[in-house]
Amino acid sequence: MARLLTMTQDDAAMTTIPASQTAVPQIQVRGVEKVFTVGAQKIVALQNIDLDVQKGEFVCLLGPSGCGKSTLLNAVAGFQPPTRGTVTADGKAVMGPGPDRGMVFQEYALFPWMTVAENVAFGLQIKSMGKAEITARVDALLEKLHLQDFRHRYPKDLSGGMRQRVAIARVLALDSPILLMDEPFGALDALTRRTLQDELLRIWQEVGKTILFVTHSIEESIYLADRIIVMTYRPGTIKQDVRVDMPRPRDGASAEFNRLKRDLSLMVMEEQQRFSADEIRSVTAD
Amino acid sequence: MSNASSKTSAASILRGSLVPLLVVAFWQALSSSGLINPVVLPSPVAVVVRWWAYLLPAEAYDPAQSGWFLWALSGEMLTDAWSSLYRVVLGFAVGAGLALPLGLVMGTSERAYGLMDPLLQVLRPIPPIAYIPLAILWFGLGNAPAIFLIAIGAFFPVLMNTIAGVRHVDGIYLRAARNLGAGPTTMFLRVILPAATPYILAGARIGIGTAFIVVIVSEMIAVNAGLGFRILEAREFMWSDKIIAGMFTIGLLGLAIDIAMNRLNNHLLRWHRGLDS
Repeated sequence: MARLLTMTQDDAAMTTIPASQTAVPQIQVRGVEKVFTVGAQKIVALQNIDLDVQKGEFVCLLGPSGCGKSTLLNAVAGFQPPTRGTVTADGKAVMGPGPDRGMVFQEYALFPWMTVAENVAFGLQIKSMGKAEITARVDALLEKLHLQDFRHRYPKDLSGGMRQRVAIARVLALDSPILLMDEPFGALDALTRRTLQDELLRIWQEVGKTILFVTHSIEESIYLADRIIVMTYRPGTIKQDVRVDMPRPRDGASAEFNRLKRDLSLMVMEEQQRFSADEIRSVTAD
Repeated sequence: MSNASSKTSAASILRGSLVPLLVVAFWQALSSSGLINPVVLPSPVAVVVRWWAYLLPAEAYDPAQSGWFLWALSGEMLTDAWSSLYRVVLGFAVGAGLALPLGLVMGTSERAYGLMDPLLQVLRPIPPIAYIPLAILWFGLGNAPAIFLIAIGAFFPVLMNTIAGVRHVDGIYLRAARNLGAGPTTMFLRVILPAATPYILAGARIGIGTAFIVVIVSEMIAVNAGLGFRILEAREFMWSDKIIAGMFTIGLLGLAIDIAMNRLNNHLLRWHRGLDS
């Protein structure tokens, strides 16, 4: 990646490393391995994962299907403990899911029986916060995500983009230092997707959260991330840790953007081909 | 816009009443022809006259006795309908009231399910009607055995659907709730229970339908008021017009219960996807 580094050095508007990026990383993954047993078969989803994410950093996990990027995210979220290794978030070992690591799911996972406002308030009610404070925070978040006119609607009446806004407002309400996002914009059309990417960047720059973001879209990762972690297909390991130092908003038509896109495509396609070959083999074996 | 829709609804009412009108006309023709003994098949007119008499208060209005409103409700039919409805509601409340908590426990806990399921599988295929002899033996005559039978009729549909509803809660909601910090109580009350409501309400609807069948049967054996009792009593006097009038009343009450349940469903499930069409 030497070319990338020289490129960013040439760039006068190169982003500086924030002062907060020191000492203890916000997310620390050490020697993580995850093995799934499917019938008699053992699948090594993750192997030897070491990853540090600094406070306030926006990190994308990039790779084809089956590279274990969601498994890694779930291990950080605490949904699936790793077979071996440790995950530390904010200095504490991850033992299970918790509101200090808010998660946004691709399927939105809004509670359909609650209105928009009730969904956003849910996490705050669990924290047994006062009614007036909840209302104030919910109002502020709905405003921030341009949802104020939808507060009494049910999720079924909202478009996919609107639903994902509600899901983002719901985790932002928790005010957790870490946001985990599992292909959150994967089901949206291209224009809605771009709008939400911009909103996410705006909010991230405003509130300074640490974001770990899973995607299989190369462009999305370049558009959003400070760092892109490219993962290998089975066993899932870290293939390359790529720093993106282009200033935001990033221009998808610029030369640097496209150079990086080509480099990443080569890496991801290598893994994609291994995935496809494996898929064909498993079908013929059946 | 509203003009057009009222026109279509008038047309659909007309179309919808075509077949019933033809059937009644055929029925009237059959009776008028004198081929059939009116005791076997009374004419529609006779049934309507009898239905009207059944509806009206038996005694003349006497202001010294009661207000006109109570007097208007004192007719035999309304008293019967009220008795039947009372038994359905009470029996259903007992049956569903027992089934709901049991179903929630069995749906959540594998252990409770393992303990209770074998017994319930043995009891479930027994039709509520088969409990009649036992019900009389245990509770004698009157409302008690009827309510017992209705409760059994309502119990199993509500139980089975509650278990299925809890078990089918989408894992994504559980994960999202855990991520947002929900403990077991919040998880149960604010996630599992509402997520299972569509199933539970479907069970309640089947349960109240069963309760309505059972109430008519149980009134034929153990009590001396109610719509089921009335049509059996009418048979003893060979009042076939009253039997049919009673049957129509049963149908109307059943329809009213179903419409009420449907309204309740639509309100409680206003968030549910399947209902917006």
